Amino acid sequence: MAKVKIPPVLRQHTGGESELELEGASVGAVLEALVSGFPDTRPQLFGEDDELNRFVNVYLNDEDVRVLDGLETAVGETDTVMILPAMAGG
Amino acid sequence: MESGTSGKIELEEIPVDRAREEIESGGVILLDTREPHEHSAAHIDGCLLIPPAMVADNVEQQIPDRSARVIVYCAAGARSELAARQMIELGYEDVANMTGGIAEWQQRGFPVVSEAALTPEQRNRYSRHILLPEVGADGQVRMLESKALLLGAGGLGAPTALYLAAAGIGTIGIVDDDVVDASNLQRQVIHDTARIGQPKTASARQTIEGLNPDVDVVEYGTRLDADNVLEIIGAYDVIVDGADNFPTRYLLNDASVRLGKPVVSASILGFDGQISTFVPEEGPCYRCLYPSPPPPELAPSCSANGVLGVMAGVMGLLQANEVIKLVLGIGEPLIGRLLLYEALSTRFTELRVRRDPDCPVCGAGAPEIEDLGKFPDYEAFCGGHTGS
Repeated sequence: MAKVKIPPVLRQHTGGESELELEGASVGAVLEALVSGFPDTRPQLFGEDDELNRFVNVYLNDEDVRVLDGLETAVGETDTVMILPAMAGG
Repeated sequence: MESGTSGKIELEEIPVDRAREEIESGGVILLDTREPHEHSAAHIDGCLLIPPAMVADNVEQQIPDRSARVIVYCAAGARSELAARQMIELGYEDVANMTGGIAEWQQRGFPVVSEAALTPEQRNRYSRHILLPEVGADGQVRMLESKALLLGAGGLGAPTALYLAAAGIGTIGIVDDDVVDASNLQRQVIHDTARIGQPKTASARQTIEGLNPDVDVVEYGTRLDADNVLEIIGAYDVIVDGADNFPTRYLLNDASVRLGKPVVSASILGFDGQISTFVPEEGPCYRCLYPSPPPPELAPSCSANGVLGVMAGVMGLLQANEVIKLVLGIGEPLIGRLLLYEALSTRFTELRVRRDPDCPVCGAGAPEIEDLGKFPDYEAFCGGHTGS
């Protein structure tokens, strides 16, 4: 099970959880497990075309999945998937 | 390193013009072997100092790598010749003596640094910096000559401005069109209760001038927009982004890439902070990291969501630290790295940020910029974000 880190702005949709353990062999499968468990996160993460929204950065450990294989990127048991939105607070 | 018939070790002599070429192309350690008062009066930028009587004892500590290329100089070349020979006996493999010393160097009109540029008061005020080999008097002079622009005198800008001012960054520009509100004071420590209602730039100036009279404060009581951005940022060496809205962050990014200005960018919300340093051509830009802004419901402002005051201090000081490193050219700035700080768990996480070859602003296919005055409509691009 991969560890998934939930950013503060999505925690209202995950019952306040900041970290979840989710099944999935790829980044896409892990995120699918997230949105099926917490459906309110779906419109924040995915567009109507089921592609990851451009304003959502997803990292596998310390690397942006856009420079890996995107949603196809393989996820191991000890990996961490981090969802990171831009913030503008100053 | 052969022994000649005279018993003397052969020593490479290098004329000042060739020494200068080597120094400018980098990879050389330059060693001044004169007394501290001579060094203070004038020396070549970036050199180490070991007085003649201390070379044998101190050189291994200051130059641990015996295979390093070292050019040694003194006033006219005699003391440095002795020092170079001592170093070769200690096993240094690539030492050269600069013929004619700094006297010849200055006669040729080559540049020197004079600590006379610092007044006795400044030498005392910045003494803890000057003691640091990475800063020294040269670095302090460089800081006093440098110019940093702060976007916002708010949560991030307040602590950044205080520490940059204390450090002696000589010119600090501040862009902010807001006035001090009582609700700012939980984190914006450059302002105070008596200044509620005053423009933030004026309040910041008052605090900075009280802290350090060496600093020139330039106030911009306006919002950064497409018409003023190039003129405002063009005058500065480093830009510190502590803006509270996406349109300004994207505008600043696009303008700073055009002008080749480094940006130290941080943001805060709740108990979380992010920081990265964007140096055009050396690393990614803000758009490489965030190609497009999130919709407003995914990016609440601090005024709507709340922010721990201390978070602003932590992230603002990390920004000040980046500015000083960029100005001095020391250490490893956060180029290509995004540092996250979670205050509740007290955890730092570092993520990699790559240059996006398809970046519309800094990518290989980015259009050649001909008309510097034109920028897209950032308010529309950012879909209703207008800041708080």
